[in-house]
Amino acid sequence: MIDALFEYEFLQNAVITGLLIGLVAPLLGVFIVVRRLSLIADALSHITLTGIAASLLIEKRVSAVNDWNPMYMGMAFSVIGAVFIEKLRKVYKHYEELAIPIMLSGGIGLGVILISLADGFNTDLFSYLFGSVTAVSRDNVWVVVIITTLVVLIVMLFYKELFVLSFDEEHATIAGVNAKTIHFLFIVMVALVIASAMQVVGILLVSALMTLPVAAALRMSVSFKQTIGLSVLFGEVAVVTGLFSAYQLDVPPGGTIVMSAVVILLLSILYRRLRSEEWWKGETS
Amino acid sequence: MVQEPLIELEDVAFKYDKEWVVEHVNLAIHKGQFLGLVGPNGSGKSTLIKLMLGLEKPNKGHIRLFGKSVKKFNMWQEIGFVSQKANSFNSGFPATVYEVVRSGLVSRMSIFQLFNQKHKEKVYEALKEVEMEEYAHYSIGELSGGQQQRVFIARALVSDPSLIILDEPTVGVDSEHVTAFYDLLGKLNRERDLTLLMVTHDIGTITSHATHVACMNKSVHFHGSSEDYHDMTDEEMSEMYGHSIHQLSHNHEVTHS
Ligand SMILES: Nc1ncnc2c1ncn2[C@@H]1O[C@H](COP(=O)(O)OP(=O)(O)OP(=O)(O)O)[C@@H](O)[C@H]1O
Ligand SMILES: [Mg+2]
Repeated sequence: MIDALFEYEFLQNAVITGLLIGLVAPLLGVFIVVRRLSLIADALSHITLTGIAASLLIEKRVSAVNDWNPMYMGMAFSVIGAVFIEKLRKVYKHYEELAIPIMLSGGIGLGVILISLADGFNTDLFSYLFGSVTAVSRDNVWVVVIITTLVVLIVMLFYKELFVLSFDEEHATIAGVNAKTIHFLFIVMVALVIASAMQVVGILLVSALMTLPVAAALRMSVSFKQTIGLSVLFGEVAVVTGLFSAYQLDVPPGGTIVMSAVVILLLSILYRRLRSEEWWKGETS
Repeated sequence: MVQEPLIELEDVAFKYDKEWVVEHVNLAIHKGQFLGLVGPNGSGKSTLIKLMLGLEKPNKGHIRLFGKSVKKFNMWQEIGFVSQKANSFNSGFPATVYEVVRSGLVSRMSIFQLFNQKHKEKVYEALKEVEMEEYAHYSIGELSGGQQQRVFIARALVSDPSLIILDEPTVGVDSEHVTAFYDLLGKLNRERDLTLLMVTHDIGTITSHATHVACMNKSVHFHGSSEDYHDMTDEEMSEMYGHSIHQLSHNHEVTHS
């Protein structure tokens, strides 16, 4: 693959995008997981799919439009969906998590209709669902570069606010943190990252890249910083091994990336087991 | 010179749903006071504190902090808070004691400011006050409930506030540390002129440490110095606590006569 990497632009695109996503997806994932909002990523990814379906349909039906990049419409839908989720969470104050299945099923429902109208499930769509090593264009790479830079910058600048909000929302409010604005900023970032990740990882599996590396990191980290560091490390390892094996086996990278993340997760659980056993033995002997 | 009270409530009333939980509350806490707020379960103590902190909005009345309406108040770095549910946070949260205490500095920092060496020293100072510095790099979830509570007290202390509000901070803390904790509060109150408002059920201990006591049951029935509180008669006491305790003290009298 290394030789091919120098030769083919599409492979470079996939690898660059993959590495950037491997950084930002787990980075945001840490905050999502500790706030117990793991399903938000799922809801948003399904809404992104709706946006892609809408884009494909318009391209098909409106002859003036061709060569649209479905990523943009996916992104727009994802961001609008994020805003709706925040609104719904306010409506169902005591059942905040209800917002997620509402948006998720609404997204799929509309998505299925649009997909059928757009002539059903073709290979294009398949690559959006499960990712592709060949579908990423140079333009897309640039969009992902910009989004990654923005997300990393915002997380660094608002690190202390994001931390207090995740740890203790009441305390954050008393500390004068503008919870509403930060929540909004955060969920928009999640929406953008999901839409950027879809071409490599696929819509159906992007939420896994946001949560599985974090789940593994939680098994072995003590501090919040460490959790972020390990999550990103695991995310990158999963992306690299996943892309490599997808190319070798000629399967969609979404599957191999997620399976690599699953293996990492299992190893982390095993590691924890072994360590606590060792500790236990050391304690008794 | 008469100073403006740090906290001032004027005929405050509040309800979550239909029933009034707090009614006709007038209360002023002045600089340098250590006020113990007592009252039976469900008497609205925690609610009153949420109102003071702007976490809930009163249906009636006015609340002022440092002379400013709570709606417009923005000097949150002057107020530390230890909540009653401090130990019901997500115990699997991956953060060290150090990180948790440091988060108490956020109110003092400007928007894009990053943590620096000075902040680190502050954190260790606060941890030292509650005797938790050796636990700085423990995960918060690994500590016992009482230890966690001490960490949350350190988080309130770290920003050098001039007022600290504590809602039953000693629940789950062992008696040795409770004593140490009251001593610490007393010391901060005297030496740093820290104003304190503390909700507690431990009437015996609070009256010997606090300078003032307020008793509430929906509204404030007694507010005065600790000495005045001790001088209260049985009748006054039972009137304040309402019907159930009235009967209790009545029975009490019967057995003695
Ligand atoms: N979030 C809420 N929604 C609705 N009602 C509430 C809420 N919180 C408290 N209450 C009600 O308000 C009343 C006062 O509650 P509050 O927590 O202020 O009492 P408290 O004096 O702090 O009691 P405790 O000593 O048990 O801590 C109670 O009757 C309670 O049922
Ligand atoms: Mg209470």
